[in-house]
This record gives sequence, structure tokens and C-alpha cells, in this order.
Amino acid sequence: MRRLALVAALLLPVAGQAGEAVPVSDDPVLEERVMRLSHDLRCLVCQNQSIAESNAPLAVDLRNQVREQFLAGKDEAAVVEYLVARYGDFVLYLPPFKGATLLLWLGPGLLLVAGAGWLAWRLRRRVREVPPPLSAEEHARASALLDGSAKPSQESRS
Amino acid sequence: MKAKFLVPLFIFLLLAGFLGYGLKLNPREVPSPLIGKPAPAFRVPQLQAEDKSISPEDLKGRVWLLNVWASWCISCRYEHPVLVDFARNSPVPIIGLNYKEVRGDGALDVKGIDPATELATARQRARQWLVEHGGDPYMVSAVDLDGRIGIDYGVYGVPETFLIDQQGVIRYKHIGPITPESLRDVLIPKIAELQRAS
Repeated sequence: MRRLALVAALLLPVAGQAGEAVPVSDDPVLEERVMRLSHDLRCLVCQNQSIAESNAPLAVDLRNQVREQFLAGKDEAAVVEYLVARYGDFVLYLPPFKGATLLLWLGPGLLLVAGAGWLAWRLRRRVREVPPPLSAEEHARASALLDGSAKPSQESRS
Repeated sequence: MKAKFLVPLFIFLLLAGFLGYGLKLNPREVPSPLIGKPAPAFRVPQLQAEDKSISPEDLKGRVWLLNVWASWCISCRYEHPVLVDFARNSPVPIIGLNYKEVRGDGALDVKGIDPATELATARQRARQWLVEHGGDPYMVSAVDLDGRIGIDYGVYGVPETFLIDQQGVIRYKHIGPITPESLRDVLIPKIAELQRAS
């Protein structure tokens, strides 16, 4: 119980900050939609953050845009289209599948297939490979080992 | 199969080529999807003439530059003398877009400010900044209080500059402060090319 209280106390300043930075509307369902979409949109100022995470002024503005457009009755696809028209595919964390992104989408699969193909080819070749015949000397040594007349430990060390 | 030992070297060179190319790209420069598209419309109050408004419509038939700036923008201070110098005998008008002059300044607390006060404050601050930083290079500056025009133009950092042609189509976007080099090597040749085409 005391631990729980401690965790709660530690979270208090975080919660306070978050409430301060984000101007939220009263509608929790709308807010949930805004945040869900915002997590898939990249902030152009802090490029490793989504506009849901970033508190850059532009991210706040764009979240407000998303909210406003939802309120105006637009759906997710229309809002994404609105932002892509202005900022390009760069705002999408999930890049679209098109000519310029073919390598991006198909590259890993092609690499996997190529790697698997190469491995299969190698394995099959190894099976078919005939080991080189033993020389007379090797033959004698092998026979001696099989007879038990040689000392394997010494042999292997030499 | 004698050249087999060269395969890792080849892969290495390929990888180094890709990485080397990636190193030269500037992740801050996000290509604008608006190049080749009509400049988004707006009509907002002018910064200097209080009773007048400005719209891209007003510049139809001319090649012009739209320069996004604000008094709180640090890079604009480096860009400004270049613009002032260029404006002295610029072949094209430079239109300023004063972006979020009041709201964009993190140092100001402007929650619940009324629009009239915000416009007056923006005008006062922006004009003062122009006076303090070597003059007004703009034929006209548009006042974008809430940054909505900025969003329509895909602005994500100030300063940014758009080159717009006679038909009102955006032809080029410069991200970051204009330097004497970028002006000489890129903007001026592009302006000349557009003017020749007319």
C-alpha cells in the first residue's frame, strides 16, 4: 500500500504537466480518437516523436487541427489526407505502398527469400559433395584407430 | 568462382554507398508536396497598412517570394540583413508572412487573449522588430496570428521561403534562413528562369 502511494506521488508531477500542455476538449471519446490518430503522425519539428507525444508548438497546432476536423465530421482518412497534402508522406509513421517505397516494403522480404534460397542451395550442394578419398596413410591410421591399437588422445593432439 | 572472395568487399561497398548517400541528406529538409501546386489561398490583414488586407490573389501575374518570419525567430535575425539587401534591387516583390507573432513566442502567456488585442500586439512587436533589425524588406507582410496559413503551406519551422510563379503556383521552397550563397546560387537563377518563361 505504501509502495502504491509512493508510485502515485511520483506520477503526480507528470500528470500535472501533461494536463497543462494539452488543451483537451470535454468529449473523452473525441479525445481518444484524436490521440489514437496523433500517435500515427510524425511531428516535423521533433522528428522522432509523434504529434501525440511532442509538445512542440507545431505538434499542438496539428493536434488541434485533427480535433477540429473530427468535430467538422471528417473521418480518419480525410484528416490524414489533409495533413499529407501539406506535409507529405513524411508525417506518416506508416509509409504508403507506392513506387518510391517499393524497396522499403519489399526489401526485407526479398532479402529473406534470397537468404533462404542461398542457404537451401548450399545445404543441397553439401549433401551431394563426395568427401575426397583417403590416402593410404590415412587409411592405415583409421584402421589402427578402429582396431584400438592406437591412442586416440595422442593422435588428436599431434 | 575465383572472384568469390570479392563478394564481401562488394557488399561492403554497396552498403557504404547507401550510408554515404544517407549521410549527405538533411533530415531537417522535408520535401514539400506543395511544389507544383497552387499556393493555398488566404486573405488576412496587412502588418503595416492597418486597413488593408493581402491575398496571393493580389499577386497574380507576378513572380513573388513568400517569406515566413516572426520576431521570436532566432534564425530570422541572420536571414534579415540578406533579405533587406536583396530587397533593395530585387526583381520580384517579397511578401512577408508574419507567423504566430504572439502565440509563437513561448515567453508570452497569451491564453484567452482577444483577437483584436492579439492583432495589435503582433503589429506592434513585428514593426518594432523590423525597425531594430535593419528595415522592412517586404512589399507587404501578412499577419497569420494562429498559424493556420502556416499549416496550409506546410510550414514546420521559421524561416521558410516559397517561390511562386505568375499563375500562383509554388515552384520552390527554401527551408531555413536564406544565405547570400543560397540566394545567389539557387533563388536568383530560379527567379530569372520563371521571369524568362513569362
